[in-house]
Amino acid sequence: MSVVSTQPQSPGRFVPAPRITPANRTPPPPGAAPVLRTQRLTVAYRHKAAVREVTLDIPPRQVTAIIGPSGCGKSTLLRALNRMNDFIPHVHVDGSVYYRGRDIYAPGSDPVALRRRIGMVFQKPNPFPKSVYRNVAWGARINGYRGNFDELVERALRQAALWDEVKDALHRGALELSGGQQQRLCIARAIALQPEVLLMDEPCSALDPIATARIEDLIDGLKKEFTVVLVTHNMQQAARVSDRTAFLLMGQLIEVDETARIFTNPSDRRTQDYITGRFG
Amino acid sequence: MSATPAAAAELFRPALSRRRVAGHIFAGLCLAATLLSVVALATLLADIAAEGLSLVSWRFLTRFPSTLDPLKGGIKSALWGTIWVIGLTILFAVPLGMGAAIYLQEYARAGRIKHWIELNIANLAGVPAIVYGILGLALFVRWMHFDRSVLSAALTMSLLSLPVIIIATQQALAAVPNSVREAAYALGATRWQMVRSHVLPAALPGMMTGIILALSRAIGEAAPLVVLGAQTYIQFTPEGLFDMYTVLPIQVFDWADRPQKEFHQLAAAGIVVLLAVLFVMNSVCVGLRGWQQRKHLG
Amino acid sequence: MTSGRGYRRFREGGIQLLLMLCASISVLTTLGIVVVLVSESVPFFQHVSPLAFLTGTRWTPLLEPRSFGVLPLVWGTTVVAGGALLIAVPAGLATAIFTSEYAPLWVRQVLKPVLEVLAGIPSVVYGFFALHFITPHLLRPLVPQTEVFNAASAAIVLGIMILPTICSLCDDALRAVPRSLREAAYGMAATRLEVSTRIVLPAALSGVVAAVLLALARAVGETMAVTLAAGHTPKLALNPFTSIETMTAYMVRVCLGDAPAGTVEYQSIFAVALLLFALTFAINWIAQRTMFRFREVYE
Repeated sequence: MSVVSTQPQSPGRFVPAPRITPANRTPPPPGAAPVLRTQRLTVAYRHKAAVREVTLDIPPRQVTAIIGPSGCGKSTLLRALNRMNDFIPHVHVDGSVYYRGRDIYAPGSDPVALRRRIGMVFQKPNPFPKSVYRNVAWGARINGYRGNFDELVERALRQAALWDEVKDALHRGALELSGGQQQRLCIARAIALQPEVLLMDEPCSALDPIATARIEDLIDGLKKEFTVVLVTHNMQQAARVSDRTAFLLMGQLIEVDETARIFTNPSDRRTQDYITGRFG
Repeated sequence: MSATPAAAAELFRPALSRRRVAGHIFAGLCLAATLLSVVALATLLADIAAEGLSLVSWRFLTRFPSTLDPLKGGIKSALWGTIWVIGLTILFAVPLGMGAAIYLQEYARAGRIKHWIELNIANLAGVPAIVYGILGLALFVRWMHFDRSVLSAALTMSLLSLPVIIIATQQALAAVPNSVREAAYALGATRWQMVRSHVLPAALPGMMTGIILALSRAIGEAAPLVVLGAQTYIQFTPEGLFDMYTVLPIQVFDWADRPQKEFHQLAAAGIVVLLAVLFVMNSVCVGLRGWQQRKHLG
Repeated sequence: MTSGRGYRRFREGGIQLLLMLCASISVLTTLGIVVVLVSESVPFFQHVSPLAFLTGTRWTPLLEPRSFGVLPLVWGTTVVAGGALLIAVPAGLATAIFTSEYAPLWVRQVLKPVLEVLAGIPSVVYGFFALHFITPHLLRPLVPQTEVFNAASAAIVLGIMILPTICSLCDDALRAVPRSLREAAYGMAATRLEVSTRIVLPAALSGVVAAVLLALARAVGETMAVTLAAGHTPKLALNPFTSIETMTAYMVRVCLGDAPAGTVEYQSIFAVALLLFALTFAINWIAQRTMFRFREVYE
C-alpha cells in the first residue's frame, strides 16, 4: 500500500514520497496491447484547441496519470476518452481514439455503449439525490443487469472501501454522507457497471487530506481489476499512485513514461521544470 | 474475482436498440408538444384574422355599435371607455405602485413586517380578477356611492394592477447595483435624493416594462368590470369621471355571446383592435428591454 | 442650500411616510377583500345554511324550488380546470424538457415570444376562439353530439392559456438541477431519455409541482373564457361535451342579470366569491410553500 507523504516539501526540489512496492502487485505482461489509444487527437472548442495532436497509449490494468498545469487540457483529454465532450456545444474533434481496436469517434459508433465500458468519476462528488443503494444500483438497472442486485451493490461498495461505513444505512440518502464518502460512493457507482476502464478526473481535489488518502489507497486496489486513467494536478499523488505518467502542457503531450522515471529523470526540459515547481 | 469484459457483458443486457428507439419516440413527442404551442397560436390568430380583419376600418373605430344593422356599427364607445378607464388607472396605480415598491426596496428594514407585506403582495397577485371586481363593487360602487362609473372601474383596476406593478418595480430596483447607492451616499445625499436621482433613473426601463405588462393585463380584463356593472351595449362615450362606460373586452364578450353570425364577425374585428393595442404595448416593452440592456452595458 | 437640516429631515420623514402609506394599500386591499367577502356573505348564510351550501347538489337560485347547493358550480370549475391541467401539464412539461434537455439554444429563444404572446392574449379572445373554432371545427367533427356550450372547449382553451405558465416555470425548475447530476448519469451509459426522466425530472419534481399548482390556481380563477365557452347550466355531469357552469361564470351571469341588490340571488355571488377566494388562496399558498422548499435545495 502506498504511504501518504508526511514530509514537508522544500520549494524548488521535489522529493517523491517513499513507496513500498507490495508483493502482490503483478505488473501486466510486457507488451500487452493498450486498451485505449489516441492517435493525433485534437479537441477544439470554437476553434481554440484544448488538446493538440495527442498520441497516447493506455496500457491495461495499470494506473496512468495525466499531469500538467491547470488549463493544459488534461480534463478535456480525459473526457475525450468516453465521449463526454459530446455534450459541450461547439466542440470539434480531430484524430482518433481507439478502444479495443475501434475508433470511438467513427460515425455510427454508439457513445452509450462505450460509456458502459469506460466509466467516469468526476471532480466534485455528484451522487444522485437517492439512497446509497439506489445510487450504486442505478447504472446497473438502466443497463439491464440480470444478476443479484444486493450482491452487486455490496461488491461495488466493498471495492470502493465504503461497505463497512454504509452497510447499515444502505437506504439512507446519499447526500447525508461526508464528501469523501460521497466520492467513494461515486466510485462504487461507476465500478458497479464493471467497466473495463475507469476515468478519474481529479477525484480528490474537493476532498480533505484524509479522504484523499483513503481514495488513493482505493485506486491502488482498483487496478487489479480495472484500467485507471487519473487526471490530477497533485504531482505527489501521481507519483504515489500511478504506474505511468503523461505530462501535458498547453494541450500537447510532452512526455509519457514510467512514473518512477518521469519523476526522477525526465527526458524533456519542460517536464523537469514542471516537476521541480518552476511553473504551474 | 476479476470480471473480464466478456464475462461482464453476459450479466448486462443493455438493450441498446430498444432504448434508442424509445429515446427517439420520446424526443418526437416532446417536439410535438413544443410545436403544439406554435400551432395553437397560429390557429388562433388565423381564425381571428380570417373572421374579423375585413371589418376593421376607420369607420369601425369611430362608430357606435348598432343593433339594427350590426355590421355597420363600430366600437367607438368601447374604445373610448377603455381609454378613459386605463388612463385613470395609470394615474392611480403607477404612483401608488412605485411608491410602495420604493418603500419596500429602499426604506423598509428587513424583518417580519416587510416579509409579511411582500408575501401579502405575492398572494394578491394570485387572487382571481373577478374577486377584485367584488371588492370594487362593495367598496367603490356601493359604499362610496361612485356607482357604475369610470371612476369605480379605474379604482378597481388600479387595485388589480398594483401587485404586479409593485413586484416588477421592486425587481427593477433590486437590479440596480449597490455601488450606485453607495456613491450617492458618499456625496452626502439623503435617502430620497439618492433614490430619486440615482436609483430611479437606472431602474426606469425595468419599471416601465412591469407597468406596461400590468396595464396590458388590465386592458384585456373584463371580469371585474362586469361585476362592477359596466354597460355592455351603449352608444355614448364617457365625458366625466362619473359617467357610465363600456370597455373593449366587454364589447367583444357581448358580441361573441350572441348567436347571430354578424356579431361573431364584429367580435373578431373587436379582437383584432384589442390585440393590435396589446401588440403595440408589447413592442414598447421589447424596446424598453433593449434600452435597459444598453443602459447596463453602457 | 437654503433648507436647514431640520427642514430636510422633516421632508425626508414626510416622504417616507407617504411611501409607507403606498405600501400599506396592499395590506388594506387584502383586508378589504376578506372583510367584504365575509360581511356580504353573512346575510346569505343566514338564509342558506353553510352546510347546505357546501354539500348541496342542486344550484337553482333563480328557479323555484330554489336550491343553493354549490357543488355543481364547484364541479364545473373542477372539470374545466382539471381538463385544462390534463392538456397543459403533459404538453408544458414535455416542452420544457425539450427546451432544457434536447433542443439547441435558438429553440428556446424562438419559443419565448410565442409563449409570451399566448400568455398575453385576453381571456375573452380565448372564449371566442372556443366558441368559434374549437367547438365547431375541432370537437363537433370528433364528437357530433357536442353542444354549442361545452366544458371540453373551455378546458382546451384554458389549457392553452396556462401552458406558458407551466412551461416557463418547469423550464426554470429543470434548469436549476445542476449539470453535474446529468454528467454523472450520462457517464453511466444512460440515454438522454433516461437522464431526463429518471434523474433530472425527479430532482426537479417539487418545482414542477409548484408550477402545476400555480397554473391550477390561475385556471380556477379564470372567468371570461369559461363563461363564453362552457355556458350557464350548473349540473353535476360527467360528460364534458355538454354545457356546465363554473363558479366564475355564475358570478358573471348574476351580474349581467337583473337581480336587485339585497336579494338572495344577489348575495349568493358573494358566497361563491368567498369560496373561490378561499380555494385559490389555499392552492396558491401550497404552491408558494412547495416553491420555497424547492428553492432551498437548489439555491
